[in-house]
Amino acid sequence: MLAFVIRRILQSIAVMVSVALIAFIMFRFVGDPVNQMVGVDTPQAEVERLRASLGLNDPTLVQFGRFLWNALHFNFGVSYQFRLPVTQLLAERAPATLELAFTAALFALLVGVVMGVYCALRRDSWLARVFQAVSLIGVSLPTFLIGILLIYLFAVILGWLPSNGRGEVVKFGNWWTTGFLTLSGLKALVLPAITLGLFQMTLIMRLVRAEMMEVMRTDYIKFAKARGLRTRAIHFGHALKNTLIPVITIAGLQLGSIIAFAIITETVFNWPGMGLLFLKAVQNVDIPIMAAYLMLIGFLFVTINLLVDLAYGFVDPRLRVAMRT
Amino acid sequence: MPSPTPEEVKGLVAGGQSGLIARLLDSDIYASFRSSWVTMIAAAIVLLCFIGAAFAPWIAPTDPFNPATVFLSDASIPPVWQQGGDPRFIIGTDDQGRDMYSAILYGLRVSLMVGGLGVLLAASIGITLGLLAGYMGGRVDAIIMRVADVQLTFPAILIALLIDGVAQGMFRGMSRETTAIPVLVISIGLSFWVQYARTIRGSTMVEKNKDYVAAARLVGLPTPIIMIRHVLPNVIGPVLVILTINLGLAIITEATLSFLGVGLPPTQPSLGTLISIGNKYLFSGDWWIVAFPGATLAILVLAVNLLGDWLRDALNPKLR
Amino acid sequence: MSEPVLSVRNLRVEFATRRGILRAIDDVSFDIARGEVLGVVGESGAGKSVTGSAIIGLIEPPGRIAGGEILLHGKRIDNLPPEEMRRIRGRKIAMIFQDPLTSLNPLYRVGEQLIETIRTHTDLSPRAARDRAIELLSEVGIPAPEKRIDGYPHEFSGGMRQRVVIALALSAEPDFIVADEPTTALDVSVQAQIIALIKRLCHERGTAVMLVTHDMGVIAETADRVAVMYAGRVAEIGPVRDVVKHPLHPYAKGLMGAIPTLEAEAERLTQIPGSMPRLTRIPPGCAFNPRCERVFDRCRVEKPEPIAPDAATSARENLMPGHLVACHLYAAKAGGTP
Repeated sequence: MLAFVIRRILQSIAVMVSVALIAFIMFRFVGDPVNQMVGVDTPQAEVERLRASLGLNDPTLVQFGRFLWNALHFNFGVSYQFRLPVTQLLAERAPATLELAFTAALFALLVGVVMGVYCALRRDSWLARVFQAVSLIGVSLPTFLIGILLIYLFAVILGWLPSNGRGEVVKFGNWWTTGFLTLSGLKALVLPAITLGLFQMTLIMRLVRAEMMEVMRTDYIKFAKARGLRTRAIHFGHALKNTLIPVITIAGLQLGSIIAFAIITETVFNWPGMGLLFLKAVQNVDIPIMAAYLMLIGFLFVTINLLVDLAYGFVDPRLRVAMRT
Repeated sequence: MPSPTPEEVKGLVAGGQSGLIARLLDSDIYASFRSSWVTMIAAAIVLLCFIGAAFAPWIAPTDPFNPATVFLSDASIPPVWQQGGDPRFIIGTDDQGRDMYSAILYGLRVSLMVGGLGVLLAASIGITLGLLAGYMGGRVDAIIMRVADVQLTFPAILIALLIDGVAQGMFRGMSRETTAIPVLVISIGLSFWVQYARTIRGSTMVEKNKDYVAAARLVGLPTPIIMIRHVLPNVIGPVLVILTINLGLAIITEATLSFLGVGLPPTQPSLGTLISIGNKYLFSGDWWIVAFPGATLAILVLAVNLLGDWLRDALNPKLR
Repeated sequence: MSEPVLSVRNLRVEFATRRGILRAIDDVSFDIARGEVLGVVGESGAGKSVTGSAIIGLIEPPGRIAGGEILLHGKRIDNLPPEEMRRIRGRKIAMIFQDPLTSLNPLYRVGEQLIETIRTHTDLSPRAARDRAIELLSEVGIPAPEKRIDGYPHEFSGGMRQRVVIALALSAEPDFIVADEPTTALDVSVQAQIIALIKRLCHERGTAVMLVTHDMGVIAETADRVAVMYAGRVAEIGPVRDVVKHPLHPYAKGLMGAIPTLEAEAERLTQIPGSMPRLTRIPPGCAFNPRCERVFDRCRVEKPEPIAPDAATSARENLMPGHLVACHLYAAKAGGTP
């Protein structure tokens, strides 16, 4: 078990270093960082001095080492557009994105599992067919289009829910702001969370459905039926437990993509999160922000991957043994 | 072993091209195609979109990008069935007086072209790397698959955004019109190659241990020839399914990038750009500027996905 | 013989497929008495397992029971509402499946699965059910049951898992057990132990068993009576010694001729030419007619019903009563009375 954990942690670090390498290459070789910081009329000597002070004349490997060192200390330099430390910009916007992603993930998981189980057990009912059709549409419709549709329906026509922003937020501790505690904050959360979660929801629903139908065909379910166990016990005990193991993995991994997909949702709803910041960075080739965001998402993905793998081991007794040996 | 039916025998005897078609028409795949009306409608829609896109300059009533035929006085005219509609513009005009119907046809053309080229690029990269990884094994395999693993941890849209951002940084100073399409195609190509590489690698590893490969090696054929002429035809099958499913994804990705403002510029709009333009007029009540491109995109992607789903199921004997 | 525990009367099971309706079971009838072991033999696809599934009421769509009836203690059970049938499953009729490796839920402890089953069918307290489970495990020959009860299935060997499966099947003391090829997936060395275990436990309890297998050796050793199935029909049924020593149906003859014996080691094992037809292509008349050496015109048009063989044959072969064969060769000679 311990060997397994250590091996997985080492692998994760290796992935993070590769991500950092990409971020570094972007940072160093796409456009000249110095040109971004100086005006056209800055004398050449000044430029050279800045170049030297930034360490841009050192060997590449040394520069990469320094980049890694800085990254470990959450130091990603200064944004070209805002002239502010990237870390500060990201930290200010992180609560908005994380709250949105969390709500969307919760929505996707709960609704997705319930709909998937229903579709697997009542395969031929009309409601299951409706769910199936909805899921196909959910997978096919681009996120931004769903967002626009929801805005048009609930904000423009019905006027029930706001179409942009976070509503009223409460400051919480030093830097965290939350929209969970005010009515307008909660109302503002509804449409973006659904938009963001819909794709993952349909994914989870299809996965649960397929997986559960597969499980229902297995011998141990047949044997459970042959023993006369109650349908409830078979469906929600035996079948669901076996279904949810692979679902945990995918759903866990989806959590990472939800944060990345937030870029689109945040744009549609003008949500003041990290995604919107990243998009502005891409539009303006603000490399420090792009690099930092890449590292952040990479870190999230790697951590989630790691946790999911470990959780998997605790849930599935077969793997627990495999890892022990 | 099931013995061949008389029709199958006929097809085999006739051989050649006609035999192939006869076999196709007799096959389970065709039968399942005929038995699913949803699939047939989806196929018809996709075909219609391709035709519309290919012949846009001839089908479209106006050229929405020719300043000589577009007048600002025609701006924001609603569809004909609404009050203030104009029979020249069946589904209305946008904020600059461009005919929506024509703009959608041209947008479709751009969307399908970028999506299609992007998917083809992804497939070429993926097939090449997958073949190399599977056939060579060892260090080549390890490096390619490591890269694939790392890339797989990020959603395609994020990678496409990054590549797009980097490309903009590199092509600084060049006009958006000239760089947008190649940049998008490259972004999509580099975002979607992993799936092809993994599939091809898997089947290549199985194929390379088969006798015909050993035989080809014994004859002394050079490795690239064995890979391309002998292994490739035997592993290329599943790529067709991935291509179809990925086309839908690629179209969505392009539309998303364009919607986010890092894709095609408004002077050369794809469906995504049109939606992005229309989105600004959502609150003023000019719903048609966003609704029609949006619906076109949704229906196109839905049809492509339906086709892809069906193809996957039809080619997967486990599900039959 | 007393009233049978289970009777199957003219059972017909059909599967709707894209290529038309397949008749997997066609007009099958037999009885099983208390404590009796009925062996069911035949090639794969002959309908042995489907018969078992039909009895326990687990034919999944697109399959369905299209005709006939199944009686448990004289009461029809094939048309019971699902909830009532569920109460019978496990309690009155149990089933043992082929592969013990896949029959147990990998995520539940062996004890949990046993206790759950016991508590579904009885009103024992959790404690009492656990004691009962340990008792059952020890009865099926699992060493240190009070410790093994908390193990997961993957911690047991194949043979041990099949013992657990047997314990599960017996946990509510059913009157009838369908054992569907219970040893096929096991090592040869373990097979005999498992068969002996099933036989002993059922004998002690007076449980009737339908033992589906294609191992004639197992049948000869274990069964009281044997039914030979071919293409969804019963070709021959009778006391095991009769059928094994004096098979009448040409197919049964071929099947018995394919058993290697020590006495007959010099001879070559006989083979039956051809293979069983696919269910889509069962010929009219007797299903076996294309492969039969003694086929005559009637076989190609008229489906033979299971009948007691004509008096001359019975006398010659010294057959016991209750031996039925579905073959026109043994019909009373044309013109005579049956």
